Amino acid sequence: MNPVILYSVGVLALIAAGSAIILYFVAKKFKVDEDPRIGEVTEILPGANCGGCGFPGCSGFATALVKGADKGDISGLACPPGGNETMTAVGEFLGLTVEESAPTTAVVRCNGTKAKAPSKLTYEGPTKCAIAHTLFSGENSCPHGCLGLGDCVDACDFEAIYMDEETGLPVVIPDKCTSCGACVRACPRDIIEIRPRGRKDRRVWVACMNEEKGPIPMKNCKVTCIGCAKCFDVCPPVANAITMGNNLAFIDGDKCIACGKCIVVCPTTAILATFEPPKPKPKPVTEEKEASEVKK
Amino acid sequence: MKLKTFKLGGVHPPENKKTADIPVVPVDIPKRVSVIMSQHLGVPAVPVVEKGDKVKVGTLIGEAKGFISANIHSPVSGTVFKVDGVTDATGYRKDAVIINVEGDDWEEKIDKSETLLKEIKLSPEEIIQRIKDSGIVGMGGAAFPTHVKYMFPEGKTADTLVINGVECEPYLTSDHRVMLEKPDEILVGVSIMMKAGKVDRAKIGIETNKPDAINVLSEKAKDYPGIEVVPLKVQYPQGAEKQLIKALLNREIPSGKLPLDVGCIVNNIGTAFAIYEAVQKNKPLIERVVTLTGKGLKKGGNFLVRIGIPAKNLLEKLGEEIPENTGKMISGGPMMGKAINHLDIPVTKGTSGIVLMSEEESKRNIIQNCIRCSKCVSVCPMGLEPYLLEKLAEKDMFEECEKEAIVDCIECGSCSYTCPSSRQLLDHIRYGKQNVMRIMRERRQQ
Amino acid sequence: MSNKLIVSLSPHEKGELSVEKVMWGVVIALMPSFAISVYTFGFDAIKVVLLSVVFCVGIEFLIQKFMLKSETTILDGSAAITGILLAFNVPSNIPWWQLLAGSVVAIGISKMAFGGLGKNPFNPALVGRAFMLASFPVEMTTWPVPFSNIWSPATDAITAATPLGRLAEGGVKALGALTDPPVEAVDYIDIFIGKVGGSLGEISAAAILIGGLYMLYKKIITWHIPVFYLLSLAGFSGLLWIIDPSKYADPLFHLLAGGAMLGAWFMATDLVTSPMSVKGQIIFAVLGGLLCGAIRIYGSYPEGCSYSILIMNAFVPLIDKYSKPKRFGKEVNYG
Repeated sequence: MNPVILYSVGVLALIAAGSAIILYFVAKKFKVDEDPRIGEVTEILPGANCGGCGFPGCSGFATALVKGADKGDISGLACPPGGNETMTAVGEFLGLTVEESAPTTAVVRCNGTKAKAPSKLTYEGPTKCAIAHTLFSGENSCPHGCLGLGDCVDACDFEAIYMDEETGLPVVIPDKCTSCGACVRACPRDIIEIRPRGRKDRRVWVACMNEEKGPIPMKNCKVTCIGCAKCFDVCPPVANAITMGNNLAFIDGDKCIACGKCIVVCPTTAILATFEPPKPKPKPVTEEKEASEVKK
Repeated sequence: MKLKTFKLGGVHPPENKKTADIPVVPVDIPKRVSVIMSQHLGVPAVPVVEKGDKVKVGTLIGEAKGFISANIHSPVSGTVFKVDGVTDATGYRKDAVIINVEGDDWEEKIDKSETLLKEIKLSPEEIIQRIKDSGIVGMGGAAFPTHVKYMFPEGKTADTLVINGVECEPYLTSDHRVMLEKPDEILVGVSIMMKAGKVDRAKIGIETNKPDAINVLSEKAKDYPGIEVVPLKVQYPQGAEKQLIKALLNREIPSGKLPLDVGCIVNNIGTAFAIYEAVQKNKPLIERVVTLTGKGLKKGGNFLVRIGIPAKNLLEKLGEEIPENTGKMISGGPMMGKAINHLDIPVTKGTSGIVLMSEEESKRNIIQNCIRCSKCVSVCPMGLEPYLLEKLAEKDMFEECEKEAIVDCIECGSCSYTCPSSRQLLDHIRYGKQNVMRIMRERRQQ
Repeated sequence: MSNKLIVSLSPHEKGELSVEKVMWGVVIALMPSFAISVYTFGFDAIKVVLLSVVFCVGIEFLIQKFMLKSETTILDGSAAITGILLAFNVPSNIPWWQLLAGSVVAIGISKMAFGGLGKNPFNPALVGRAFMLASFPVEMTTWPVPFSNIWSPATDAITAATPLGRLAEGGVKALGALTDPPVEAVDYIDIFIGKVGGSLGEISAAAILIGGLYMLYKKIITWHIPVFYLLSLAGFSGLLWIIDPSKYADPLFHLLAGGAMLGAWFMATDLVTSPMSVKGQIIFAVLGGLLCGAIRIYGSYPEGCSYSILIMNAFVPLIDKYSKPKRFGKEVNYG
């Protein structure tokens, strides 16, 4: 055989063998001892790396879970996209019981559509809510309302929120929403909130963030909360879900029983729900009227 | 002789100083004024009056809170109508004291005469206290509380007082008119400031597009020891304090430092006039000269306005209507001013002008790809790379922004002005700068 | 006031520069060279330039409209510049379909595939030329005789060598016999004005210089890249010439012959593919000039300008990273 070929093959083989030996020893010396459970827990987790748990990626969360398991307590840790299924599986693997948490979703607490909060100005600038928020109060001049430029839509990794062009407001798709909180963090006005989905998907919320006294926000928006507290008056004592603060009503999602009474009584229809509220019963014919007929 | 200027960057927007020859006229006092409590950088003032209180011109109505804050005094005499929120230029509501006007009574201690008082009777410490009590803030537009600039930290001294008579923003002529109509008062004010800062020389920088002001002040300055009037080349942003110190003294303020670190105190020339009135006449800051101008207006004008008067009253005094094709209204100048939402906004201590721009001037061009022409780099007066900062800020890469010295940006707007692709450079740089400063603040607190 | 007020962040004024002004300014600067090429090569020159522009603009339009389904930006002038520059880099008797292939590569691959205007790392015209040279070596290096067949299309490849070609083949001694009829010695006036053979755009150094000075006057480019590129090339070739004048041609010849002038004034100064700071531009130009000289003298190609610029284009991100512009605040002069 040609000596050049022999030499080439031989030298290359030597280099390969030498590298392999060096790599073997280096890998052994610098090996990181990781608890094998971390890898297994990471497998159980959804693998979305969304950060909704508050940890850097699924392996970061798995590390925290294993650490918690060693202490015997993983109560504060939850994976929003994985939900109860994932946490139960993790609990089984680590040998701990996990409490089931109620399913949640992101809710946009503003209903200032293009029709109800018409635009009075034209914004020219980058399509970024964070930037527009520092410039002015918004095209409809409501300083607490949705700017409609879509930072929340850009932040979502799960395509669970989209901008409705007709209304100018973002819309959440609850079945896709994993409650990771990216849209909540992205909104410069804290309009989006993670709320419980409610029994049978029935939930009620106040779709307004405005803290001004009634006449002022009414100049800008027809469906603003004016802080009249009629909803507070009508909320049943068994629920006691509504609190008033800074001219704004707030419904506690955990306490609300979704009876729908507040929706009907709100004068500006600022309270929204995922179901049709029960229509108020028509008033029965009173004795007064019968008496007046008799008088005739 | 070659004119002094800063060497790095700069642009030349058209001057449009059409109101330069129009003398200042006072605006009539309306029936009600709204005095916003945050008319200055720093913590807003706290109202010290209530509904029903009687006030005179010069009565304290808002007290400074914290180190960087300023007092606010009533510009009118009358009764306080309410202390409530008022929609300001940006559409956000700010606390304000709203006063129903009755007559025009001034506080007794204020000297209303026009006689020039040259002798400075107060000591340096008393002068600084008087500046603080009178609520004097920077009249160039930034409205930084002036007394803070004279309270030197341990171990720092100054050797020069720099006075900004440049007015590099297009359209604005308020400083120009004050220089022409009150030159002696300004020079006495500068002498007062020299005494307060314990410096023996002052340099007044004026751009050469105001030759009459340069002549008047140079002549009169001969009678005031230590004050020199220096003509400067017309270039934007000649009036930015870092660039002004470089032009006048050839000193560069290092990144993150203040003028005092190179031995200078910088003040606007309008502030010098306000300090004269405060120290010699005991008059707090309650009025200022505002330019109302724009290509659509027939003439425009310069007005002496009490703070709290709505901007639309200037238009009424001028006798004109809002031009038909107005696209944008700006409080301040077109390069660094704020676009306002309506003309009902009250004038504040920092309102140097109102510019009405036509629709064609206001619309932004279509944004195209960055063609890497590096014009933004060549015009940046701070030597930054705007194209790179825009790219990093858009992707929220704030650590890299900090490495590229985004906090050095003075937000002058030269980069956006020049860009051939009409990219919104300054918008994104501002966003990045705000986030980097927030991160730096959080880091310091830990 | 009928319409709603506009609200935006400052600045509220805009300067006069626009992409169109910059690009069409370059096209105007290329017109003197175009005129000389028409004078020298006749109808063929017009045909090649026109075809190249039509191909380049057309390909950009088709890609933007049908593949990307976005706005078409053909009116900003950048595709037209690529078309003209690509045409200037080829002989006037190039077959049209080779020109089409070059345009597809220049616009489609080296510009649009990277994201369109402003995103290409390499000069598109040079990429097109390099592709054509590699794919069609014979046609790209067979130049027609100048001043023949002025107003009728070239029928056969009656060829004449370019000055650089002569130098590569026969050394310094062969620098006679350039014009037709041949003269004894190299006539520098001829290669300055353009009475020699070569690709369409590279023959007249004078016309390119006029265009370059126009671009400087309109502030479209700065003087650093062209001057330093040519100085570096002249310096390198001059050094060798001083050592052995019988083996190496003199620096003036290197400056005027071939594509050095075209490359220095129009290719190296391409805004998108050149560095962003003055320091970086000087480094880019100096190394480019050295490379050009090295390829010409030591490489196997007679012309090294296009490759030198393409190689330096690859280094531009690195140059940008390490040559930042001067920041304000370094010359304190106090304390």
